[in-house]
Amino acid sequence: MQNKPSNPNSSETLIQLSDLVTDISVPAIQVKDLSFYYGSLKVLQGVNIDFKQNHVTAMIGPSGCGKSTLLKSLNRIGELEGKIKIDGKVEFFGQDIYSPKVNINRLRNQVGMVFQKPNPFPTSIYDNILYGVRISQQKHTREELDEIVETALKGAALWNEVKDKLKKSALGISGGQQQRLCIARSLAVRPKVLLMDEPCSALDPISTLKIEELIQELKTTLTIVIVTHNMQQASRVSDYTAFFNTDESRIGKMVEYAPTAKIFTNASNSATRDYVAGLFG
Amino acid sequence: MTNQIQEPELIALTVPLPIKRSYFSKFMTALVFFLTAVAFLPLGSVLLEIISKGFANLSLDVFTSLPAAVGQEDVKNGFGNAILGTLLMVGVGALWAIPFGVMAGVYLSEFGREQPKSASVIRFTTRILSSVPSIVVGVFAYGVIVANFKSFSALAGSFALGTIMLPIITLTTEEALKLIPVNVRQASAALGGNRFQTTFRIVVSAALPGITTGALLAVARASGETAPLLFTALSSQDWPQGLFDPAPSLAVLIYTYSQSAYPEQKALAWTAALVLLSLVVIVSVTSRMVTRNRLQTR
Ligand SMILES: Nc1ncnc2c1ncn2[C@@H]1O[C@H](COP(=O)(O)OP(=O)(O)O)[C@@H](O)[C@H]1O
Ligand SMILES: [Mg+2]
Repeated sequence: MQNKPSNPNSSETLIQLSDLVTDISVPAIQVKDLSFYYGSLKVLQGVNIDFKQNHVTAMIGPSGCGKSTLLKSLNRIGELEGKIKIDGKVEFFGQDIYSPKVNINRLRNQVGMVFQKPNPFPTSIYDNILYGVRISQQKHTREELDEIVETALKGAALWNEVKDKLKKSALGISGGQQQRLCIARSLAVRPKVLLMDEPCSALDPISTLKIEELIQELKTTLTIVIVTHNMQQASRVSDYTAFFNTDESRIGKMVEYAPTAKIFTNASNSATRDYVAGLFG
Repeated sequence: MTNQIQEPELIALTVPLPIKRSYFSKFMTALVFFLTAVAFLPLGSVLLEIISKGFANLSLDVFTSLPAAVGQEDVKNGFGNAILGTLLMVGVGALWAIPFGVMAGVYLSEFGREQPKSASVIRFTTRILSSVPSIVVGVFAYGVIVANFKSFSALAGSFALGTIMLPIITLTTEEALKLIPVNVRQASAALGGNRFQTTFRIVVSAALPGITTGALLAVARASGETAPLLFTALSSQDWPQGLFDPAPSLAVLIYTYSQSAYPEQKALAWTAALVLLSLVVIVSVTSRMVTRNRLQTR
């Protein structure tokens, strides 16, 4: 750990942060009374949710209720699309991520994201995995880099399928493999949280199954937040489920948040019960 | 029920289309082929003419010798100096136009969205610049360089050719960058990539085939320009002497020789045209190959 004299607080901050990480009861991400606006259009209101460390939280709800928006507010990637505004707070291990002092690239380095459509870079599989590592300016030897690639691909259960074509284009593998490559690429920078926005919606059932198994393995070391349209998937992979809905105002709200078993068998809210029963959405 | 859907009728697959429709279809197909042939006619005849007349005098001397004085019989006659002059001026022009053009394209595509006013002004002026007649560019280069240095020079020629390349490169770069999908930029940002890293490591590198094609297109276009060179580099019977002296070029040589009263110069104009054409073809074939190789690795 470096301790620059110019920043006397840094060692102190590090100690505090590592305390937060070892205390498993501290949420990895805490959303406090969040409202979200695209320009002046309000799409989320009053969301309160704690994403527990090393658990999988699923977000379900009808299209357009703001699930992707909430997910994108957790690593501030929504800002790429245009002007946004928030009320409330989002805290990553106790640190306000919307504070002006925050280095947004540090945040995104630790809060990885997997998108709905696989989006590999048009380079080799090897270079895809290493992109995040290379841009973070750490110096690595050739062997270390090879090892990072292998670990990441094994972590994403892709190693056996691509180990002989690491230098081949990432666009030449199947959609399911590309999606696991995108997961591996996120894992290579060793994030604390992985956000997944309908990661299986463009995949076939077998690839979907592989990714679901992967999620189960990853949660031993990671906190995962997954948006899904597939009820079975939510009930299979997640520990907690949050149900979102909109009314005539078109503003998304979180309706219910509870352990997954409760949401699917014994939800308190009638809209949640109707949604998981497939009556709308 | 009145609006109940009727079960569709089953029609045998071998029943021919109504006669009118099939004749119309045949007629349209014939028309398309005919019009394509007509469009190719001028292009094909220009090519044939250049190749047949140009080949007659093609020899190694053409590439290695200086133009012989009129009337001298046993002296090697060629235009190696003009080939070299064209390569020099197009090369130096590209050397400054490519970095500026690519950067301007990057600005328009990647940063223009946040500064829509200045981006649209720049885009508009670039479009205007790309359609300014090349002779006007020549006069401009004359005013900027020749008038100040008090001499015609290869530098002025390069400046004029670069000015012609600049807007082409800017606009094609912008188009090439815009083709790179947003989700690739998101992927880079989601891995902690900052603006600069996302733009240059991911977007520009993915768009490189398109940018290369645009740059080579601009180079090909500039190689054939004559008017701006008449005002700037002028011409010379000698080998190019450097950037600060007048320099010969294929385009100007073709222009003067084709108006010459001497048949051997007229003949050599065709050969020069063939060489210039080959240079342009080589450039665009190279660009295609670069693009294709990149695509194959995808
Ligand atoms: N970049 C954007 N600009 C403006 N409105 C947006 C943008 N992205 C999403 N929206 C709107 O926000 C609402 C929520 O969208 P989203 O978060 O994608 O919903 P979900 O993922 O639950 O289907 C929708 O009404 C959508 O039209
Ligand atoms: Mg969505």
